[in-house]
Amino acid sequence: MTEEIIIAGFGGQGVLSMGKIMAYSGVMQDMEVSWMPSYGPEMRGGTANVTVIISSERISSPIIKHFDTGIILNQQSLDKFEDSIKPGGVLIYDSNGITRHPERKDITIYRVDAAEEAGKMNSPKVFNMIVLGGFLKVKPIIRMENVVKGLKKSLPERYHNLIPMNETALQRGMEIIVPVA
Amino acid sequence: MEKELRLMKGNEAVAEAAIRTGADGYFGYPITPQSEILEYLMEADPYHTTGMVVLQAESEVAAINMVYGGAACGKKVMTTSSSPGISLKQEGITYIAGAELPCLIVNVVRGGPGLGTIQPAQSDYFQATKGGGHGDYHLIVLAPASVQEMADFVELGFDLAFKYRNPVMMLSDGAIGQMMEKVWLSPQKERSKTVPAWATTGKPATRDRIIITSLDLDPNGQERFNQKLVAKYNEIREKEVRYEEFQCEDAEYILVAYGTSARVCMKSIQLARAQGIKVGLLRPITLFPFPTKRLNELAGKVKMMVSVEMSAGQMVEDVMLSVNGKVPVYHFGRMGGIVTEPEEVVDFLKSKI
Amino acid sequence: MAQATGIKEIIKPENLVYRKTKVMTDNILSYCPGCGHGTAHRILAEIIDEEGLQSETIGISPVGCSVLLYEFIDIDWQEAAHGRAPALATAIKRLLPDKFVFTYQGDGDLAAIGTAETIHTCNRGENILIIFINNGIYGMTGGQMAPTTLPGMKSSTSPYGRDVKLMGNPLKMTDIVATLPGTYYVTRQSVHTPVNVRKTKKAIRKAVHYQKLNKGTCFIEIVSNCPSGWKMTPVEANKWMEANMFPFYPLGDLKVPAEENAQKTTNSEKND
Ligand SMILES: Cc1ncc(C[n+]2csc(CCOP(=O)(O)OP(=O)(O)O)c2C)c(N)n1
Ligand code: SF4
Ligand SMILES: [Mg+2]
Repeated sequence: MTEEIIIAGFGGQGVLSMGKIMAYSGVMQDMEVSWMPSYGPEMRGGTANVTVIISSERISSPIIKHFDTGIILNQQSLDKFEDSIKPGGVLIYDSNGITRHPERKDITIYRVDAAEEAGKMNSPKVFNMIVLGGFLKVKPIIRMENVVKGLKKSLPERYHNLIPMNETALQRGMEIIVPVA
Repeated sequence: MEKELRLMKGNEAVAEAAIRTGADGYFGYPITPQSEILEYLMEADPYHTTGMVVLQAESEVAAINMVYGGAACGKKVMTTSSSPGISLKQEGITYIAGAELPCLIVNVVRGGPGLGTIQPAQSDYFQATKGGGHGDYHLIVLAPASVQEMADFVELGFDLAFKYRNPVMMLSDGAIGQMMEKVWLSPQKERSKTVPAWATTGKPATRDRIIITSLDLDPNGQERFNQKLVAKYNEIREKEVRYEEFQCEDAEYILVAYGTSARVCMKSIQLARAQGIKVGLLRPITLFPFPTKRLNELAGKVKMMVSVEMSAGQMVEDVMLSVNGKVPVYHFGRMGGIVTEPEEVVDFLKSKI
Repeated sequence: MAQATGIKEIIKPENLVYRKTKVMTDNILSYCPGCGHGTAHRILAEIIDEEGLQSETIGISPVGCSVLLYEFIDIDWQEAAHGRAPALATAIKRLLPDKFVFTYQGDGDLAAIGTAETIHTCNRGENILIIFINNGIYGMTGGQMAPTTLPGMKSSTSPYGRDVKLMGNPLKMTDIVATLPGTYYVTRQSVHTPVNVRKTKKAIRKAVHYQKLNKGTCFIEIVSNCPSGWKMTPVEANKWMEANMFPFYPLGDLKVPAEENAQKTTNSEKND
């Protein structure tokens, strides 16, 4: 099993930390993982993306052009990465702020309105956990217990009191993700 | 004691491994994409646990000369930087090589020349493997291709540096520095309580004074010293070559690549083999000494070799020298901070078959 | 309709109160919100424009957040290696003595790696202007400690606060160069309020004037902010700067030309 994922959005959306939690969850499940961020001056311009690979085998290139799953959180990233998803792959996006929705017919598209949901939950910080929940519903490659372990590993100890809230957010994400016909 | 599993950036792994291997001192100056090393060490504050000194210098020039001073005291000292900063260190490095001192220098390479980009590149190969500064000397050059190797080569680097009294360079790049992977960390080692006999420690009545210098005003003396260095480098060539072969057994074509490019090529090989092209990878782990012998042997069995590097073609010269005309050798790779894509390598290979 | 006519009536040349300086390019500034670099660029461009220097100027941009300064001001530029701008400026001014030559450097660039060039350029009294943006941190590389970082101040390489016993004391380069005979005019200013902007602009204009008269090195420090590196909002950053940076780096002239001093004395004698 190898899952090649791109997560892309604005810097403040927790793109990199979502990737890190995903990667740590993979580690907890005894998988090989790699987490490769975009780095450099463009981060100041506000966009951020990270490639996460989770695999049962040794990972070859951490930098790739085609992805099994794209998790896309803003319009710029959708424009940039929609074509990078492998035929038959999955695109998950949050429709908040999206003016041109994804158009590809050869992939499966899901919408997870996580920004809206985070607003309802009154905690914008869990936005990325809602998205991650949605991803895990569609691609159950990591068991929930390992995701929670991964969360614990990637959060500094002083934030461990927030873990139950993050679990709730993961659950919400699983509930609200919908396929786009 | 058991090893500890962590998910870390390559840069962080270097820093943590330095503490755990019992390094005595780190001297650095911020530069992207490796500033995390200094930042990690400042946060970890090993001075209060192992006694390891960590200092932010006023420049790379100062940092490498701090390394010079510390190394001459027999201490396990290191510095890290990225390409423009490594250029500044070259003067210090040639003095360290000329004084036969051990130390570890990490270059997390970015695109050049000049200020260039901050993205990953492999364009400092010549500088690392051919000396880099003035005079006849070599560094031992290790090329990590994973976060695990970023950690492991800190210890290996210090071991080789002390074994041969020679500076060791870890030639990494922005991709390996910035990415996170699993890494198994060795347990904490104690810092050494003793120093080698050649170190300046203050002269007791029982021994002659020790002078650390690279100066010899007598050309005959200097030549004798140069010959001694040559003998050392030949011994290193004999004993310290390290490489990894990947699917070379039945290969008709060989990709030669180190670091990030080697990882890219592993993917290219998957893709090419799916199309029925029998291709393998030779990944040099030591760039000096270079796996010349093995490449020459392989050249007798394959039809072509491609040196895949994120540069205008530097290692390709060493591949050509190794192959010595037996088969065609090409270079392929992106530049300027762009990482070569696995598909591009396959396309290039197909264009040459 | 009435409204549209209203706007048309307002947009007339005689009603213009503010516009982009001609000498600024159309490129969008790459700075974080609230960063002082943009303001400093703007007044520098205004002076170049107002003094008619566009075709007479060669600027040297540093390695730091303002590395792309050459994208923003429409003059000829040279981009130096980290810290070496004064060396480039020295050669430029000596080879093209009629040109207006200035460097624009951050505190890491000027006061850490470039200390030797800064001091020796000032000591030789090179007839150039050095503009020194002191924000107490390495902005570009992500907020590491600079030689100017205040005691106790946190940065990514002094995460527990700058410990002066281990990391040294903040370096007041402006005070140091003021002691050198080669410097002619040395001042410390800021650009965080309109009043301060006007003062800094006046200082730059003076430096241009002195350079025309071949008087020696003019050195203008601008104490500035780095909201991103300091991890503050722009408003917090400016408040923090006033409360912490200014007491340590007091604003005002450190060295004024002898003639000006003399003039001041005669003026005050007249008043007596
Ligand atoms: C030789 C060399 N060393 C290090 C760097 C990395 N570097 C780029 S900018 C910078 C410091 C910038 O700080 P400062 O001069 O204070 O400017 P600011 O960004 O704060 O305006 C450093 C260390 C480099 N580019 N070249
Ligand atoms: S990092 Fe600091 S100095 Fe650089 S642009 Fe942002 S606020 Fe300005
Ligand atoms: Mg600064």
